[in-house]
Amino acid sequence: MSNSIRKWIFVLIVPVLVVAILGSVGGADHSVDLQSANINLDDKASLQRGAKYYQNYCSGCHSLKFSRFNRVAEDIGLNADNGFTEDDVTTLLKENLIFIRDENGEKVKAGSLMETAYPAKAAAEAFGTSVPDLSLVGRSRGADWIYSYLKSFYLDPSRPAGVNNTVFKDVAMPHVLGNLQGWQKLEHNEGDEHHGAPKLIISKPGKMTASEYDKLVHDITNFLAYVSEPAQLSRKKYGILTLLFLLVLFGFSYALSKEYWKDIH
Amino acid sequence: MAAYPRTTEATGFLGWLDERFPVIQTWKNHMSEYYVPKNFNVWYYFGVLAMLVLVIQIVSGIFLTMHYKPDTELAFPSIEYIMRDVPGGWFIHYMHSTGASAFFIVIYFHMFRGLMYGSYKDKRELVWLIGMALYLALMAEAFMGYILPWGQMSFWGAQVIINLFNTIPFIGEDLSLFIRGDFVISDPTLNRLFAFHVAALPLILVALVFVHIVALHTVGSNNPDGVEIKALKNEKGIPLDGIPFHPYYTVHDIPAIVVFLMAFFAVIFFMPEMGGYFLESANFEPANPLKTPEHIAPVWYFTPFYSILRAVTLSPFMGTLAMFGAIIMLFLLPWLDRNPIKSWRYRNTAHMLNLATFAAVFIILGYLGVKAVTPEYKELGIRMTEIYFLFFAVILAHSCTSKPVRYLVWFIVLAGVLAAIDYWRFNPDDVENAKQIRWQWVWPIGYLAITLLLPVAIRGCNAEKAVPARVTS
Repeated sequence: MSNSIRKWIFVLIVPVLVVAILGSVGGADHSVDLQSANINLDDKASLQRGAKYYQNYCSGCHSLKFSRFNRVAEDIGLNADNGFTEDDVTTLLKENLIFIRDENGEKVKAGSLMETAYPAKAAAEAFGTSVPDLSLVGRSRGADWIYSYLKSFYLDPSRPAGVNNTVFKDVAMPHVLGNLQGWQKLEHNEGDEHHGAPKLIISKPGKMTASEYDKLVHDITNFLAYVSEPAQLSRKKYGILTLLFLLVLFGFSYALSKEYWKDIH
Repeated sequence: MAAYPRTTEATGFLGWLDERFPVIQTWKNHMSEYYVPKNFNVWYYFGVLAMLVLVIQIVSGIFLTMHYKPDTELAFPSIEYIMRDVPGGWFIHYMHSTGASAFFIVIYFHMFRGLMYGSYKDKRELVWLIGMALYLALMAEAFMGYILPWGQMSFWGAQVIINLFNTIPFIGEDLSLFIRGDFVISDPTLNRLFAFHVAALPLILVALVFVHIVALHTVGSNNPDGVEIKALKNEKGIPLDGIPFHPYYTVHDIPAIVVFLMAFFAVIFFMPEMGGYFLESANFEPANPLKTPEHIAPVWYFTPFYSILRAVTLSPFMGTLAMFGAIIMLFLLPWLDRNPIKSWRYRNTAHMLNLATFAAVFIILGYLGVKAVTPEYKELGIRMTEIYFLFFAVILAHSCTSKPVRYLVWFIVLAGVLAAIDYWRFNPDDVENAKQIRWQWVWPIGYLAITLLLPVAIRGCNAEKAVPARVTS
């Protein structure tokens, strides 16, 4: 056998073995199927609506304590590019998104961290568990999880808040958006309580239609996905520039190497 | 009073310098007159890439240290502060987190290169041993660095690893208490790991890299043919197949470094979490000693050894021993593989299959380490662990003899050991495990068959080739 054929066998046999052995054993674990959130961070209108919904429905209990109001404003489109001065932004923020106050009773500054007014201890007493900060939920759980979670509350009288969730079993959180979505019931298909996914069916309609509610949840998810890593708005742009530079550098360095090596046989 | 005699021909600043420090001689010894085989292939880039990543880690690490706070209350927020409020902080952070994984990718290729071309043989044992010490230091450095962000995986990963010391008989409890500095993993633990991560281990790593290179330059590099270039020299004493490291390999390395950086920056800018393998999603939740995560998986580069730890269920201490034993076996390679032919190119086909299987088994063990344990995966983990250790026995078998009869004896002995282990493990009442044991024995037995029986059955698979006197290009 010639050495070049042996070489290819050597190179190919490794992935073939890995795939063959793992494939024949099977046994991957199963987890809950999540719905795709289809987030789009370029959709600034969605991010702005998401920020509005978050501040109105979520921020009462959940802080975004690593995030700052003015940075969020800048990133979601309230910036000089769109004709907003710093004073405009501060005014807009204080009128629409800042609901927390400092020790003097004044609304906090635009550069403040997005804390919650609900003291952590009181929240923990009320819910029986600590209320998590959501700055990073877009990374720890992922956007699809948030999206699915917010759509998966159902009535369960055995729970303190009257609701349970198919994505996060026995969660302590009440269904804050229940009046918008309506109230769902968990229904098993006849005879197969242990097989097949149970269905969630609206039993008492809310103020929104299903598609309106999906859009609202999408906006909140989009916003939380942004908040989890603000750098993602710019990093891809740097990435393209870096790779283009390296591509050019590769061309020159390869030519230089070839030039030096032309005498070596 | 007589003047100090001139010791250099260089003039000007270089002359001033050279009289006081051997600049010119050092440059010649290690760069311009250090002769290297001319037939290096892509596998030989990983050494210089490892040095590059070390520099990236040190520089990005220095900048991270300027903003990081080693305190259980402040550590997690300080990382997010770096990610959001420090200008360019996210870039520095991703450089460091991606660099950690890149380091191991590069090192695993570098080590496998050593295996393929027998770079640990013939006066290069010490280069290999120092390299293995470097690998150990690197693992310690990476483990400690992973604790610093103080996320859920940081905490619970530390819990798993430090508890390994608990399993040591008699002194275990006291030892792990000494390591933690507290009865539980807490602020003192974080502080001492930070000290080790930013001061002690980087110093050790840099010192070992220096020694690794000094030892390498003393014996000279091996090459894909495993031919000793110093054996044939011209009238000036220059190896016939050698070329000066500078400028040939310095210019040769630049395009390779650029290609590496393209992959490296593609990860940083487009997928810094690398699908949850470089940055685990659970680590974006702050450490909570009261809440065990559903599924604790170490970062990918430790998972092959984690799988070995999980596979040996005899006792926790035996599991720990097996895990460290897996690394110690690699230290012993120069004395296990005593076949005088270095490169796999001239060894028999069974040896090539042995190396390829070892690589595949290492990858499978790594894959299993990030997955939750199911009966199928549990048994597969045990079988792959068996092959991992059998590899070293087969290496020894292949280097001692090429007589088919002896291969047969090796096969019978090793298969007998496997059968004994299975007999002892088999419990018909444990239906699910018994079912898996009953069919997954094919992996280690199949492995022994292709490495030991194949050369018996097919003579071509046992044929070694003559090593040429000169390198092939």
